[in-house]
Amino acid sequence: MAVIRAEGLYKFFGSKLAVANLTLEIAPGEIFGFLGPNGAGKSTSVKMLLGLARPSGGRATVLGRPLGDVACRARIGFLPEHFRFYEWLTAAELLRFHGRLAGLDRRTARQRAAHWLDRVGLAAHAGQRLGQFSKGMRQRLGLAQALLHDPELVFLDEPTSGLDPGGRWLVREILREQRARGAAVFLNSHLLGEVESTCDRVAFLREGEIRAVRPLVHGALAAAQGSVPVEVRAGGLGAELLAGLAPWAEVVAWAGDHLRLEVRREADLPAVAQYLVAGGAAIFAFTPRRATLEEAFAAIVGREAGL
Amino acid sequence: MKLLLIAAITLREAARRKVLLAAALLSAGYLALFALGVATQFRGPHAPAVLIRQEITASLLQLALYGVSFLAALLAIVSSLETVAGEIGSGAIQALATKPLPRWQLLLGKWLGFAALLAGYVAVMTAGVTLVLWLGRGYAAPHLFAAAALIWSEALVLLTLTLWFATFSSPLASGVAALGLYGLAFIGGWVEQIGALTGHPGAVRVGIVASLICPSEELWRRASYLLRSPLPGASRFTPFGVASAPSGAMVVYAAVYLAAILALALRHFSCRDL
Repeated sequence: MAVIRAEGLYKFFGSKLAVANLTLEIAPGEIFGFLGPNGAGKSTSVKMLLGLARPSGGRATVLGRPLGDVACRARIGFLPEHFRFYEWLTAAELLRFHGRLAGLDRRTARQRAAHWLDRVGLAAHAGQRLGQFSKGMRQRLGLAQALLHDPELVFLDEPTSGLDPGGRWLVREILREQRARGAAVFLNSHLLGEVESTCDRVAFLREGEIRAVRPLVHGALAAAQGSVPVEVRAGGLGAELLAGLAPWAEVVAWAGDHLRLEVRREADLPAVAQYLVAGGAAIFAFTPRRATLEEAFAAIVGREAGL
Repeated sequence: MKLLLIAAITLREAARRKVLLAAALLSAGYLALFALGVATQFRGPHAPAVLIRQEITASLLQLALYGVSFLAALLAIVSSLETVAGEIGSGAIQALATKPLPRWQLLLGKWLGFAALLAGYVAVMTAGVTLVLWLGRGYAAPHLFAAAALIWSEALVLLTLTLWFATFSSPLASGVAALGLYGLAFIGGWVEQIGALTGHPGAVRVGIVASLICPSEELWRRASYLLRSPLPGASRFTPFGVASAPSGAMVVYAAVYLAAILALALRHFSCRDL
């Protein structure tokens, strides 16, 4: 069963359309990336799914419950963008308080708080007040706050903002732990690298609307339906040999050992390679070029969008 | 009960952010000055007659508790204006409002925390003032509990108004609006008193309308009326005079008003986008 199922959610602020026709489904154990430039409607979408903002239209369920359901929030974790909380609380107090609010008993809240302080590298600062924390330390604490009750669904809004490289690695590691545990993660980000390195699927958002949803395999965008460009470096290429590629591919350019092909379907790649070898070509390189996330982002969302 | 967790952390905030300390130190100063005033009052060769002393002591009690009611009203506004509006502004509220407790409990918990803070403040100050008069003058104030409860209710009206404003406006605007209503009720009360003394029913009506808009001053006047000297007609035209005493119906109205504003605040906070 899907942990999130949204059908045509809309959000207007006055007459301004912030989110249009948000439709998506997220499975348990999936890390779902929500990519888009600033102002594309990422945070507003998350707020609607969390019940912080009321949709202007559409329907959705989260963990099988309608939006705004109070009880199911015990199974949800949330790291807001730029996490801020009472400056006068110590790190340990903050986590215990959030644990208790999430429904943990006093003892469990204390244990989880200690565990998570350690996990996010703040054990040495447990008794320090938030007011003295750096931006990165707050963000780590916010992450701990979102996860300490072992939620089934976690929303992270720009989790690595303000984090140094060490913090970013930590976030990646923790995200993978969450997936291994079976939790679903909804990751809002405008950082392509972050999404590339962790997500199973990514949605591209622009001007409030999802423009495309693509699976990611080992950090690369899985091939779309279309053709695959292939770079070949091989000896023994000839015009006759290349003419025989016609059933699978088109020759884009050929000069000496260098050949560029446009193979019509990804499934045809082995056939092309076998044909070339059988025809006497000595292959040094055969590289299908899959689009990177950045290229896909530029193609789908555009380079200039965002404020 | 998660409501109580919120109430407890609201109280803890007051303690941690030194609100309690500041209030305690200044209250101690207030009581010390009052004790000094009481101690020096009837010294010297021209000590007044017993009846007049009694009269003056009753007025002193009203004066001191008027100060307490004013400070409690300010404390109600100043301590609470940052909490809701400020947390909405900073986004801290988002981490709270996504926890498994209904939003109305979040706001009601805060309200309870501040209400407890104000109860403590009014109780300590009323007890202090009464103790000074009892030790210094041997004066036992009448209707003390009822008067303290009325002063507390006055602070609760202002607390509730501030929290309601804070559900839709900035901390500064909420504080200014609540203080403005307090001032309106104050002037309205005066207009009513003067109207009653000079026999102008129109002025009395204006005062009543003001107290319907904000019944804070009426609650103080009811308290003052209970604390008055038992001598008839004495010291009528003072800031604590009660030429036109608020009726019990006005107290009931204030209770309904408070409940209605609280309900409005809870409702609006539950519906708005955060």
